[in-house]
Amino acid sequence: MGKPSTRLRALVLGFGYAFLYFPILLLMVLSFNDSAMMTTWTGFSLRWYHELFNDRALLEAARLSLIIAACTATAAVVVGTWAGYVLARMGRFKGFALFVALVSAPLVIPEVVLGISLLLMIVELSDLFGWEAQNGAFTIWVGHVILSMAYVSVIIQSRVRDLDRSLEEAALDLGASPITVFFQIVLPLIAPALASAWLLAFTLSLDDVVVASFLTGPGYTTLPLEVFSRVRLGLKPEINALATLFMVMVAVLVVVANRIQNRKG
Amino acid sequence: MSTSIKHAPLPWRRILTIAPPFVWLVLFLLVPFLLVLKISFADLQFGVPPYTALAEFKDEALSLVLNLRGYALLFTDSLYIATYLESVRMAVITTIFCVLIGYPMAYYIARSEPSVRNVLLIGVILPFWTSLLLRVYAWIGILRNDGIMNNLLMGLGLIDQPLEIYRTDLAVHIGLIYAYLPFFILPLYANLVKLDVRLLEAAYDLGARPWRAFFSVTLPLSMPGVLAGAMLVFIPSVGEFVIPEMLGGADTLMIGRVMWTEFFNNSDWPMAAAVTCVMVLLLLIPLVFFQYSQVRQLDARGGRRNG
Amino acid sequence: MSEIRPGAPWSGSADDFVRIDDVVKIFGDVVAVKSVSLNVGRGEIFALLGSSGCGKSTLLRMLAGFEEPTSGRIFLDNEDISSLPPYKRPVNMMFQSYALFPHMTVEANVAFGLKQEGVPRNEIHTRVYEALDLVQMGAYARRKPSQLSGGQQQRVALARSLVKRPKLLLLDEPMSALDKQIRQNTQIELVKILDKVGVTCIMVTHDQEEAMTMANRMAVMSEGRIIQCGTPQEVYDFPNSRFVAGFVGSTNLFTGTITVDEPDHVQIECDQLSRPLYVDHGVSEPLGMEVHVSIRPERIRVHREQPEGDVNWGHGVVSHMAWMGSYARYQIRLDSGKLVEASVSRLAMAQNDAPAVDEEVYIDWSDDSATVLPS
Repeated sequence: MGKPSTRLRALVLGFGYAFLYFPILLLMVLSFNDSAMMTTWTGFSLRWYHELFNDRALLEAARLSLIIAACTATAAVVVGTWAGYVLARMGRFKGFALFVALVSAPLVIPEVVLGISLLLMIVELSDLFGWEAQNGAFTIWVGHVILSMAYVSVIIQSRVRDLDRSLEEAALDLGASPITVFFQIVLPLIAPALASAWLLAFTLSLDDVVVASFLTGPGYTTLPLEVFSRVRLGLKPEINALATLFMVMVAVLVVVANRIQNRKG
Repeated sequence: MSTSIKHAPLPWRRILTIAPPFVWLVLFLLVPFLLVLKISFADLQFGVPPYTALAEFKDEALSLVLNLRGYALLFTDSLYIATYLESVRMAVITTIFCVLIGYPMAYYIARSEPSVRNVLLIGVILPFWTSLLLRVYAWIGILRNDGIMNNLLMGLGLIDQPLEIYRTDLAVHIGLIYAYLPFFILPLYANLVKLDVRLLEAAYDLGARPWRAFFSVTLPLSMPGVLAGAMLVFIPSVGEFVIPEMLGGADTLMIGRVMWTEFFNNSDWPMAAAVTCVMVLLLLIPLVFFQYSQVRQLDARGGRRNG
Repeated sequence: MSEIRPGAPWSGSADDFVRIDDVVKIFGDVVAVKSVSLNVGRGEIFALLGSSGCGKSTLLRMLAGFEEPTSGRIFLDNEDISSLPPYKRPVNMMFQSYALFPHMTVEANVAFGLKQEGVPRNEIHTRVYEALDLVQMGAYARRKPSQLSGGQQQRVALARSLVKRPKLLLLDEPMSALDKQIRQNTQIELVKILDKVGVTCIMVTHDQEEAMTMANRMAVMSEGRIIQCGTPQEVYDFPNSRFVAGFVGSTNLFTGTITVDEPDHVQIECDQLSRPLYVDHGVSEPLGMEVHVSIRPERIRVHREQPEGDVNWGHGVVSHMAWMGSYARYQIRLDSGKLVEASVSRLAMAQNDAPAVDEEVYIDWSDDSATVLPS
């Protein structure tokens, strides 16, 4: 007694996963459809993939997005790990509640709020210091780091908490300074979580429309911005090809990340 | 003489560890938001920046002008009020459906055997990590008048006229639920998976039947997870922009779109700022609730070592 | 190092190699350690014995440097280490969970502490293998901790904490993670290694058998205070309170009034016994005072016939009896209603001759068996 009913379980999970995956699978199937029409299948074709790879604007945007995403992920992991470690190990210090509020705010705050806040800060700063505010890749990067840092902190904080404290104490006892303990004991042991966090920050940056819209400047278009503006104009089947490639890439990354995490236990 | 572990005197090492991320966060999150607050009281002007300064030092007098035009409009214009209410309403419906669909899913995943559980979990994480933009884009193709769903239903002879879903509130609902479902499932799963099965076994041992055990044991213990997930769905939904923009009609009133329009289309930064501030004000209670539960959770899991 | 047999009374001088001076530790509203003072001699193995929450672990952590005393000082080899962080103290600790670094090999684990000191590489190598040989783990140098058994992990943890030649070694419940079967042998082995190295050692345990097997001297702690301190046998034979009498070994406790008070003997009248208690030495408590008396179960003899004399015996009925292998454990309900525990060795009583449940029996004990407790 006590095992959940298998029929109910199959029903619930079946419906749930079908709901989650139907759109994804649809796009993947359509990307190979010879017809531009979504509703008729005229034959298997790779033409949309050809069009995708000939689309200069889209490829440029993709390149920029990948660069920003990689830089975002790296910076977010550094800052986010620091914040996560503080949350996990520094106990209840003065201002703890404010710290928690600030760290987890990007998780819940609507993105438009984040977008306008950061843009205003950049504008005021350039006003103050008299720079010529040229928004672009750099400002988008800043915004993305703030956004993803929250997710990184949550992951790292949780992982560090689960770490056996006596390992850190043993290292201290053996003569290692706290910084040495962090780099030689804590970091290696949370490495899989760091990798996961990096990947998460990467995908968040790659997918962001709202924050990038606020923080972008002339001459800079990210992939999501490009896709978003095209979608408003009308559906283009090469987007299906893009979506498929994207999903396959993410699927591979997620499975790999999962394998790493499970292997290290 | 007594030293409290709560606010022990901070030696320099501790300060050096805590300060940098703290300062970073204040600088890049708190200060910017305070700026939004400030701008919301400014007036529109042409030029760079497109808003006036609040304080002016002229003729040896410091004058502070708080322009309340924006706020006055927000609180009196029925359209704005309706939009706020509509946004909250949509967020509430989204949250309810995410709970209804997400809870059973999270429950069954958490109660599966570890090997199966891992696969199922990846199954939820995968859409979560895949571009939201592209997934919402897929729904356009499904819900359009000449889209997959209508064609299927008409082909089966269930309907003669296509159902007008795309560019209506219903489409936005579907899109929101679809997008935020993983946001609900994951924290709830994290909570459910830590549930001690022995508690349930004890309940069964005492004669409780499965449904009874669920309502008396599992449900109450999973409440923190449910609430955390609900907040993660509700709060951002109120200010959503992308989904209503892509799937909604011209009359789909959502505050995220309004703010966007004010900012990008009207270049009325002060107005956009005012809209934002009222949005955050609306969300203040759920926000505080969420932060409080985060702090509680972080505190509870920490704990001192016993001597 | 002179011959130190485990459990032998400490013959060295009680010099203050480790000096704990009036140490107090308060956490919020909780006073975990209430003014503890203690001296431990060089090369001594000292045990802090007590149940959980008594403050022994807090005291150990203060010695290691993970907590700072709220007041009081700690001296090691005449150096005040009270405020030193753990990585600056010549103290090393073997953790209850061993805390071996899972991502490093056994060799790297043991070498870690030496690396922090900046010891040159070839010296590290020599000392690491020296330490591993001491605990007979040399062959496992390349393994990872997850590939070792509990006992093997413990030995590596010991090697790791000894390789730095600390002035003070701390052991946190050293045997708690091991199966009961192998505990006793491990205890003796561990003491031999510690004696060989000659390191001063303070250990914390809730297992009195462990303390008695391993320590030269021990302190019984309760609620943040040291109740009694001395060699294991002293504490066992001459407990200074009901608490210690009941905690270290089991005992029978009686309450009575001193009716005869002489320099060389006292007699105590007790409601629970029909005959008076006779103790063959003088006590400091005055005539007429109410005192507690402790008699260990192994001192109580069980007979079918009434013993001679009119002191130090009682009468009752066997309420429970079990053969525990090498001895019989009796629970006897005296006429007064009091339950008394007696352990009778097989040598003293043949198996088929032992009184059974519900039989009437007499109990008696020698004049030197009872201990008068001050509190």
